[in-house]
Amino acid sequence: MYLEPSEHAIVEAACERLIPAVEGHPGGVALGCADYIDGLLGAFLVDPPRIWAGGPYSGRFGGDASFDQFTPLSRLEELAWRTRIEGSQGLAEREFNGPVIGWQERYRDGIMALGDDFCTVSREEQDARLDAVPRFAALLYEHACEGAYGAPEYGGNHDLEGWRAVQFPGDVQPRGYSDIEVSGRD
Amino acid sequence: MPDCDAVIVGTGPAGATAADVLTSAGWSVIMLEKGRNHLLSLDAPFGPTGEISNDELKFTRRHFLGPDPLLEPRTYRRNEAEGDRIMVGDVNNLPSGVGGGGFHADGKLPRFREVDFHAASELGPIDGADLVDWPFGYDELEPYYAEAERIVGVAGDADANPFAAWRSGPYPMPPGADMYCAIITAEAATKLGYHPYRAPTGVNSVEYDGRPACNNCGFCAYYGCPIEAKGDPVAPLRHALQTGKCVIRPESYVTRVVLDASGRQARGVQYLDADGVEHEVSARFVVLGAGAFETPRLLLRSEIGNSSDLVGRNLMFHFQTYSLGIFPWRLHPHRGRAVTHLMDDPMIIDDATRAAAKDADLPYFRGGLVEHGGPGAPVQEAIHLPPGELHSALMMSSMTRDCMAAFTVQGEDLPQPTNRIDLDPQVTDVWGFPAGRVTYEPHRHEIAASRYWAPKLEHIMREAGAESTFSVTSPPLAGEPGEQVPGFMTPLSRHIMGTARMGAHPGASVFDASQRLHDVDNVLCTDSSVFPTSTGYGPTLTIVALAIRAARAVAGLEPLHSTRTPPP
Repeated sequence: MYLEPSEHAIVEAACERLIPAVEGHPGGVALGCADYIDGLLGAFLVDPPRIWAGGPYSGRFGGDASFDQFTPLSRLEELAWRTRIEGSQGLAEREFNGPVIGWQERYRDGIMALGDDFCTVSREEQDARLDAVPRFAALLYEHACEGAYGAPEYGGNHDLEGWRAVQFPGDVQPRGYSDIEVSGRD
Repeated sequence: MPDCDAVIVGTGPAGATAADVLTSAGWSVIMLEKGRNHLLSLDAPFGPTGEISNDELKFTRRHFLGPDPLLEPRTYRRNEAEGDRIMVGDVNNLPSGVGGGGFHADGKLPRFREVDFHAASELGPIDGADLVDWPFGYDELEPYYAEAERIVGVAGDADANPFAAWRSGPYPMPPGADMYCAIITAEAATKLGYHPYRAPTGVNSVEYDGRPACNNCGFCAYYGCPIEAKGDPVAPLRHALQTGKCVIRPESYVTRVVLDASGRQARGVQYLDADGVEHEVSARFVVLGAGAFETPRLLLRSEIGNSSDLVGRNLMFHFQTYSLGIFPWRLHPHRGRAVTHLMDDPMIIDDATRAAAKDADLPYFRGGLVEHGGPGAPVQEAIHLPPGELHSALMMSSMTRDCMAAFTVQGEDLPQPTNRIDLDPQVTDVWGFPAGRVTYEPHRHEIAASRYWAPKLEHIMREAGAESTFSVTSPPLAGEPGEQVPGFMTPLSRHIMGTARMGAHPGASVFDASQRLHDVDNVLCTDSSVFPTSTGYGPTLTIVALAIRAARAVAGLEPLHSTRTPPP
């Protein structure tokens, strides 16, 4: 994976502040939001890269499971996703509209700003440090939400607990819903 | 000998329909699509690729259907006074792969009404808008609407909408399952004197054209259909491929339309393949079906067809108003076809709307079609909620997803020459060509209509049982939240129209009434660039009907005719 264990722990602790565990909701740590983010930042450590899960079915409601067979990218798609994740790094082919700061760099800087002791300080202090880096916190929150409530093949939503907490069944093909389930009140 | 009879730019509903009609007439066709192919195998028997899935991240967060805004940025400003641009990135990005905008649509396919084709002469002008009549009327287009519904496969109830234009026959299929949230809002609307009806939808309610009935999975709007229950654009593309006369080349970016020495005839088009290698395809006809954003961009880049200076101008979206209701019980809007009921009432001018229009210093206004539906999947809900202690509690109660019903008004957007797509002076796409730039501000007509209808729609929500309601618009009105926020400041509507309008007179239009360029004899446009007005209805069925009409004409086929079905 991409993140060092200490970095992973900081991201995990930060995700827990953004998506805290409460009764009935397991929160960011248990849902594996940091694992999701680690998988995203290290998407190109595997081939095909961990960008687009496969299809058509996950196997959770029938059919052969294929979400975990990720889709190969085209040359230009790889260019876009490497630029988005790794940054433009001074490469002309990535900088046709100027330099791009990638997510890896934003996470490195953000983790540094949160501090090595982030996991051990009080919740109030953690919140204050996140408030001090609003742009990074906003990026982290978007990714934490994706990890909490996206398909588990991307690394988060452990044991489908994210969907279970919000009463969302997730992907339902090829079963779908009956007409009665669509039209009736539960 | 040219390489083919017709080269078609774009594989969405506009291009796919043209390919279907032309290949049926015996023409050879090469389709060039700048995006990838995730839709159907290009080898016989042209089955599904298996890449479409119920995956919120892939389809709504990771640009699976393209275009990726890092590769193909678009730019935006509200007016020239704001400078070259105020944002760069995703501006009304319709899918750019094989299937185009039809891929992600939830398939609401209403027809326009008779008045929509001659609103300028029947309803009158409005200051600041360049309202014009269409060059033909509904009666001429009716048989093409019927054919469009047959090709796509539309499920609907011909008697359901009291305001509907006349029809020559029933829909090919009955409506599918009604969503619970739409049932209760439709019942409330009816009780209050409005006229909701079961939506005509390009989604199979029964097996049709070799494709199965929809199984209500709920991943409809912004997704493809894993089981091919949505007909548009799988059906016409497969039909075209099955003739053996159609070749689809994905990842083929058309750089320009090439003219012969006379300047009156197109020789073909040049394009770059996936490796960036340049090719030229010669053809007897060039068919533009790249959509109302990319078609004017290509014309401007090619420096053709613009003797009227109207290419790119009169850009119209639908001015969307969302009236939302939060209910004290769960509505499961994630099941079903995303929207199952519609309501035309805001398109009907009466004494009350005339009085409200007069107060806004307008002769009249029309709102737009109201879609009865609800939100879908949870990531979208989550990112719009605050982080921290409230997040988890709000996600569990799901007031903004599972307990929410939504009205979306596809508000009529009047044509204004200053609203336009042109070429950005600095920002480029990955191929080095100027990005498309949107300059857009709504007319006060749209704002007045929205302000009139939003409280009425919230009233319906409360009548249905909503405990709280609110309304927002896209783009946001001046001073409202989101006005300065990238991602919210641009129109969310994916209905884009009018950027190369058709008409009888070369000085006042880009394409003629047959959708052929005034300036070049053999260039046809089958997408919504040619719409003279936006009306307040989704454009797709009209795009398909127009494409059938235009393609039949160039192929030398007889015009279609129809007669009214006698009333029962």
